[in-house]
Amino acid sequence: MREKIKIEFKNTGFWYGSKQILFGVNLKIYPKKITALIGPSGCGKSTLIRCVNRMNDLIPIAKIDGRIIYNNEDIYGKNADIIELRKKIGMVFQKPNPFPMSIFDNVAYGLRIQNMKDKNIIKQIVRSSLEKADLWTEVKDCLNCSAFGLSGGQQQRLCIARALANDPDVILMDEPCSSLDPIATAKIEVLLKKIKREKTIIIVTHNMQQAKRISDYSCYLLNGKIIEYSKTEKMFINPRNKLTKDYLDGMFG
Amino acid sequence: MFNYKTKEKLIGLFFSTTGIMTLLILIGIFAFLFVTGIHTFSEITPTDFFLGEQWNPAAYGEPSWGILSLIIGTLMMAFGSLVMAIPMGLAGAIYLSEIAGTKTRELLKPAIEMIAGIPSVVLGLIGILFLSPLISQVFGLSHGLNALTSSVIVGIMVLPTIISISEDVLTSLPNEFREASLALGATKWQMIRMTLFPAALSGIVAAIMLGLGRAIGETMVVLMVAGNAMAMPTSFFDPVRPMTANIAIEIKEVVTGSLHYEALFAIGLVLFVMTFIVNFISDIIIENRARKYKW
Amino acid sequence: MVSEHSKQKIYFVFFQSTMILSVAILLFVLIFIFYGGAGVVNLNFLVNMWSHREITQGGIFPAIFGTFLLAVGVSVVSIPLGICTAIYLNEYAKENLLTRTIKLAIRNLAGVPSIVYGIFGLAFFALFLKLGGSLIAASLTLGCMTLPWIITASEESLKAVPNSFREGSYALGATKWQTIKTNVLPHSFSGIMTGAILGLSRAMGETAPIIMVGATFFIAHLPSSPFDKFMAMPYHLYILATQHSSPYAREYALGTALVLVALIFMLNLGVFALRYNLRKKKAW
Repeated sequence: MREKIKIEFKNTGFWYGSKQILFGVNLKIYPKKITALIGPSGCGKSTLIRCVNRMNDLIPIAKIDGRIIYNNEDIYGKNADIIELRKKIGMVFQKPNPFPMSIFDNVAYGLRIQNMKDKNIIKQIVRSSLEKADLWTEVKDCLNCSAFGLSGGQQQRLCIARALANDPDVILMDEPCSSLDPIATAKIEVLLKKIKREKTIIIVTHNMQQAKRISDYSCYLLNGKIIEYSKTEKMFINPRNKLTKDYLDGMFG
Repeated sequence: MFNYKTKEKLIGLFFSTTGIMTLLILIGIFAFLFVTGIHTFSEITPTDFFLGEQWNPAAYGEPSWGILSLIIGTLMMAFGSLVMAIPMGLAGAIYLSEIAGTKTRELLKPAIEMIAGIPSVVLGLIGILFLSPLISQVFGLSHGLNALTSSVIVGIMVLPTIISISEDVLTSLPNEFREASLALGATKWQMIRMTLFPAALSGIVAAIMLGLGRAIGETMVVLMVAGNAMAMPTSFFDPVRPMTANIAIEIKEVVTGSLHYEALFAIGLVLFVMTFIVNFISDIIIENRARKYKW
Repeated sequence: MVSEHSKQKIYFVFFQSTMILSVAILLFVLIFIFYGGAGVVNLNFLVNMWSHREITQGGIFPAIFGTFLLAVGVSVVSIPLGICTAIYLNEYAKENLLTRTIKLAIRNLAGVPSIVYGIFGLAFFALFLKLGGSLIAASLTLGCMTLPWIITASEESLKAVPNSFREGSYALGATKWQTIKTNVLPHSFSGIMTGAILGLSRAMGETAPIIMVGATFFIAHLPSSPFDKFMAMPYHLYILATQHSSPYAREYALGTALVLVALIFMLNLGVFALRYNLRKKKAW
């Protein structure tokens, strides 16, 4: 059943300098599903997803061991191409981070850095990406306006559109709703359920209700170790581990 | 056509090479100065050099190499300029950051920067044409080229440095400080004096140090209005010859490679070390503050 | 017993008058130069060659031209090197103690007196490299002096670009250089230019270093190669003010000062405009 696994962590450990953040993580991510990573702050959720698109490479003191398999290849292998990897594995950040450019240029950014020159194709992809991100109707009259004029929720959907324009295979989301109000959050959640028909999504969230609402699988991390990983409904109704139960009951976190 | 990895490597290599080359140039400058200047001390003892009161390298038979009077000239001029620039600078900074309205501030800040933009030779010219005749008249001196005149002009030069850095320091203080103080019933002046000023003190010291560094290094103004007499000054009405002016006056007349030439480089080295230390202290203070007030 | 309110009033009036005094000094300098110098500044003064015998017969064109050439020389030496070094330090160099020390040292070099760079230029460029007193020696000397200013200013504008722009770009599969080129440099460009122009305008007003490396009060022809001596406005007005015997020297010194200050202020105004624009545009 190999092809049914999109990404597999095999005994992944991670260090910032001498401080160990992740301990022997083994995790299978299934295609076209939403997998939620939950756990208290500082448990290593963000670090874990940043290993997948190798964003942690930007930190000089970071060190990783074990393997992460994507499409049958170790992404930390010798011949791994980080640039190709990041094109296939998109990311949406905790705080919306539109670039200081027009809305259009934001979405077209990924295409342009791939040296796509054809203006018509770029236009087409920008439009379809904005449509997929449920933003098109709101911005279609002002594609040349600065992205900073948008509301927080719109900015975050723009960042999702920007990631979608690369036609990624997997989208990593690092608490994408943590700086948004409930209405904007609801819109993003609807959007994610739509996107999952085509893409695999891994989402970090500190909001347990959100994990319950949108995810298919949930993974509970504590102090850099996986405590429990199972189908979301199973975990929320009947957690196997006492620690998970305490967390879900709001005992701490 | 390169693949992107090679291209990236080449670009990275380009920046590293240029960067490291520039750094080497900058290090080279001071290595060169050091090597040329330090040679002096093989023939003149440091005690004679730093503590000798007589600077008279051209004296027939028995030249003297003491730079104490030059150092005192520099220090007098720097001290005098700070006496003028510190109160004015602080008052200006407090006015800009706490009292002036936004519009006034937007207008005044560029004006202050404009003062910093005036070339020192132009201020020296004003010193010669306007201030020194004025000072000689007011104090009944035979001429107005002395420590006092140069202090006033150099004071004007360092004023913008002190104002703008102190103003930055004051503005960067968190608003909570102001609100907390006012909420306790303090007047605005009490708030400034008892809350803001103590919190800003180290930053203000840094601003003054930076001003001091500029004053020590100023050449044109002192060359033009300090009088440049070699004798040990006894008051602010005496002409002084600061280190910078001494280098500027003598360097073109000495024989390359002679002891005199090397001694001038040694003075340059002293200037370099003095300003570097002063700037360094100020920089450390500002760094530390930036870390402390990052909320 | 003086009430707190009257105390405050007294102090605030004092602060305000100090500020007015500072601005008054600026205005006084400007008016003094203008009043004393505007009489001699006319078209002939700007475009004629300097007349050595009878200074009222000539103009300061060679000095203006020399200062201009010097500015070009300094820009060529220090702007590209300075910007590349800043990019290296901020984007490529590992963030560690060594890099931090280097940055600190460069910031401090920016405060080293110009005369120290002057004697270095004399000893190294003019004598050791045998460039003599020449335009190129002066450009290299002032170039070395402006380098730390430009590196510091550029580095600061690069640092001001939020890291989220870099991360966002990397996450879309951009390479490092693509990220710098499309998402860092464009947003720090105005800041870098501001620093470069300010550095240049300061270099143009510098006098002490060029006394030693090739500025001269009078040459009969314009410099025709980088190895020629040259006239420059700051040096010109220095000699007129201190060593010239003509009864008109004072007026001509002020006239030269007027042209120099006008030039430098125009550059400064450009900087203010650029900065104002930048602040209006900057949304992060």
